[in-house]
Amino acid sequence: MALEESHVRRAAHLARLAVSDDQASGFVDDLSRILDMVDQLQSLDTDGIAPLAHPLDATQRLRADEVTETNQRDAFQRCAPAVENGLYLVPRVVE
Amino acid sequence: MQWETVIGLEVHVQLATRSKIFSGASTAFGAEPNTQACAVDLGLPGVLPVLNEQAVAMAVQFGLAVHADIPEVSVFDRKNYFYPDLPKGYQTSQMYHPIVGAGDVEITLDDESTKRIRIHHAHLEEDAGKSLHEDFHGMTGIDLNRAGTPLLEIVSEPDMRSAKEAAAYLKAIHSIVTYLGISDGNMAEGSMRCDVNVSVRPKGQEAFGTRAEIKNVNSFRFVERAIAYEVERQIELIEDGGKVVQETRLFDPERDETRSMRTKEEANDYRYFPCPDLLPVVLDQAYLDHLRSQLPELPADKRARFQNELGLSVYDAHVLSASREMAEFFEEVQQVCGDAKQAANWVQGELSGALNRENLSIQNSPVSAKQLGELISRVLDDTINGKAAKQVFQALWNGQGDSADAVIDAKGLKQVTDTGAIEAMIDQVIAESPAQVAQYRDSEPEKRGKMIGYFVGQVMKASRGTANPQQVNGLLKEKLDALL
Repeated sequence: MALEESHVRRAAHLARLAVSDDQASGFVDDLSRILDMVDQLQSLDTDGIAPLAHPLDATQRLRADEVTETNQRDAFQRCAPAVENGLYLVPRVVE
Repeated sequence: MQWETVIGLEVHVQLATRSKIFSGASTAFGAEPNTQACAVDLGLPGVLPVLNEQAVAMAVQFGLAVHADIPEVSVFDRKNYFYPDLPKGYQTSQMYHPIVGAGDVEITLDDESTKRIRIHHAHLEEDAGKSLHEDFHGMTGIDLNRAGTPLLEIVSEPDMRSAKEAAAYLKAIHSIVTYLGISDGNMAEGSMRCDVNVSVRPKGQEAFGTRAEIKNVNSFRFVERAIAYEVERQIELIEDGGKVVQETRLFDPERDETRSMRTKEEANDYRYFPCPDLLPVVLDQAYLDHLRSQLPELPADKRARFQNELGLSVYDAHVLSASREMAEFFEEVQQVCGDAKQAANWVQGELSGALNRENLSIQNSPVSAKQLGELISRVLDDTINGKAAKQVFQALWNGQGDSADAVIDAKGLKQVTDTGAIEAMIDQVIAESPAQVAQYRDSEPEKRGKMIGYFVGQVMKASRGTANPQQVNGLLKEKLDALL
């Protein structure tokens, strides 16, 4: 598929990445080459092959339902830019 | 034009595990902010999720309870979006291979009819944190204690046709999860929340109309009110030549209306993909059989047994099986007194009335099931009459005595059935009421039946309510008629 600059901008926005105009056209070329490779993969006949959920041939191990963590709030909040009354503060998300 | 309403529900049930779905942090409600948010919940670099076996077991138990297919393999996916109360940047959920497949649940409507509502699937996912929008110097406060709490999202088929059916479905789900003990079902604390999909279509039309999704409705009553408002809004809109747009709306219980949440210019694009940090979950038949053998008797089975074996009406059976606590209380009362109908009447009448007046749940009833059962036994064996029974109930409720027998003794409420004693009281009442006796003698025979009430009242008063009313009636009639 032909990738356009608008696709790159949209992907960057969804991933919250700041991409400059100069970078955007470069990414169009880079990502297009990746998509070309995917197109090549898609030309393979995969009928009757179950999609793989994980490359490891293993199943999920489960843990017992036990509380093993202790309160480490002070340590975690030392690397937060702003906290108050135990809450993390972030730029306002509703007007 | 005749319109038909089509409703589907997505119910989020918070599972009652001790720890989170992917970490060992506590899920206890009401802790100080962020004291139960560990490195995994915060999405710090280098951490790995490990799935809680209890969350898996609870999801499967629900699936078995709604006759669902439980696929051998289920897979966790990442649902990607940015919001401050989701620090990882994605919610771990199950998009393509949920843990519980298609099933169904039976609902009971007000007219005692029943209907089967299909469940499309149910999947495990993690809850997000909480955003506090009170003013923190123009910023938002984030509490991540709830982040990572296990949720089971139960998605119905669009099988409901009225607000009442939707509320009945929600109640049925509530009753199943609380019977199973997989959730406390506390809607006020957010343990059960629901998104409602509503559309309307001309009656007889097969294709569905465009639906609106009402988010986060958190009570049975609000579900009915939100749907009622939304249906009216959509019909008016279409009849005025407009079009329903597919959008997310919020229900405002104070103004009793739904409002559009501002649609973002860009539609959400969650870019789901299998979570590389979690392997596929594989459940074998032995595990499912084991969980099946642990299932308690479920509401629908209890209802059927109450009707078929105990002979209760559809209504009584439905009310008494709605919650596990109510059902277990009723069954104990019934076993102690041996009379299902009387047990049902007392639990739904005197007891429920008193509980409602004092806003108590049945688990906190001051009168125990054993005490109530024994009280009913004393009515059934004629130790006390119905009037005295209510006094005994009040006394037990107020803690004035440990058992019905103790109260009966202490208050001297034992029914007098000794004919001699009753006759003595009657003779005295007749002797003290010459005017009423004369009136009785002089009136038409067909009016005497009514006049006897005065004498019954006097005798009951003389016995302080303990005389057997039927005996008093019979003996009085004999004695008065002998005077004619």
